[in-house]
Amino acid sequence: MKTLTHHTLEDVWKALHDVKDPEIPVLSLVDLNVIRDVAIDGTGVSIRMVPTFSGCPALDMMRQEIVAKLREVGFGNIDVRVDRNAVWSTDELSDATRAKLREFGIAPPARKGNSLVAALMLPVECPFCHSKETRLEGEFGATLCKQLFYCDDCRQSFERFKPL
Amino acid sequence: MTNRIIPYLTSLADDELVLGHRDSEWTGYAPILEEDIAFSNIAQDELGHSLAFYTLAEKLGNSSPDTMAFDRPWQKFFCCRFVQYPKGDFAYTVMRQFLFDSAERVRMKSLGSSTYEPLRDCSSKILAEEAYHLMHTQALIERLGDATEESHNRMQSAAAAAFPQSLGMFEDFEGEDELVKQGIIVPSKDLKAEWLSFVVPLLERASLKLPVRGLEPDCIPDLGGRRGKHTEHLAHVVADLQKVYQMAPGANW
Repeated sequence: MKTLTHHTLEDVWKALHDVKDPEIPVLSLVDLNVIRDVAIDGTGVSIRMVPTFSGCPALDMMRQEIVAKLREVGFGNIDVRVDRNAVWSTDELSDATRAKLREFGIAPPARKGNSLVAALMLPVECPFCHSKETRLEGEFGATLCKQLFYCDDCRQSFERFKPL
Repeated sequence: MTNRIIPYLTSLADDELVLGHRDSEWTGYAPILEEDIAFSNIAQDELGHSLAFYTLAEKLGNSSPDTMAFDRPWQKFFCCRFVQYPKGDFAYTVMRQFLFDSAERVRMKSLGSSTYEPLRDCSSKILAEEAYHLMHTQALIERLGDATEESHNRMQSAAAAAFPQSLGMFEDFEGEDELVKQGIIVPSKDLKAEWLSFVVPLLERASLKLPVRGLEPDCIPDLGGRRGKHTEHLAHVVADLQKVYQMAPGANW
């Protein structure tokens, strides 16, 4: 453990970039847009985070990993508060985050705007061969945030991050 | 003043918790893999929604979500009787889930204009997640309602059994009049009317008959859950869902 003499907000954000989503390890919690407020006070830090899906079982693990990471970089009092009222939407995921998902083999979520139903009608591009000849195999998938697709061109199953 | 919302939040959370547990009873047993995955996901979502409502109640001074779910006797639950019945066959499960999801959509939409901000925020998140449930169960109803003679008969029996039970979702909540007066919620009877105008024609299109006259129920509704008058099944399902916690109450997992 190293001791910081001057803690800055930048140190915190840098550390949070290193904490990954346990279910999608190419995305950091910052990429996922679940960190909303960060404040520091001496060696103490308080963070407000929001869950992705209400029933996401990875939430506690994310919280523990944030605490472990910030302790490692020298913070003392670490308070991570989960705000269940804040809205989290996949529409706010950045283009860079979407590119990381695609590269990892997960089709990024369509932007839903005002209509989720309309967004779900849009063709979904296969993350492997980029064909749009794909079909929904099931509204649900291996985790709450994904659903199952099949590509008729490269004949490969793939997952798509659910628009929320 | 806001602590009058606690019984309402508890009723909603209890509905989600108990139905979520019933859904989880299909994990490993559903007729096909996709449905196993679907109902396991739906179960997890419903548990998430119960957590959201218990958390809102906790902020108003109620016990913690874990205490409410795992350390409370079944006599103190306020879920409707509809969610308490055993999972039955897959037709009954699909029918119950469809009737529940469509009611939840109507309720969450109405909470979008609640004067109580935390409930407004919470409902918009739940609404988006529920959209996936309804898409799934509605498609199953439309396909199974008149696919084969057996699927039709099973879905028809499920509809006949589930419909009077499902009316219990719209039984008045404790302190409902006061909450309505403050603009926090919409009267349950208004929600029921909106819900009936959606489910009755949809089930009829799927060749399923309900005990209704027009859009009015023509059967005895299965009420009592909101007043603590429960079915014989609640004690069993609550014992089952509390079993692990009760082995070591207060343990840090």
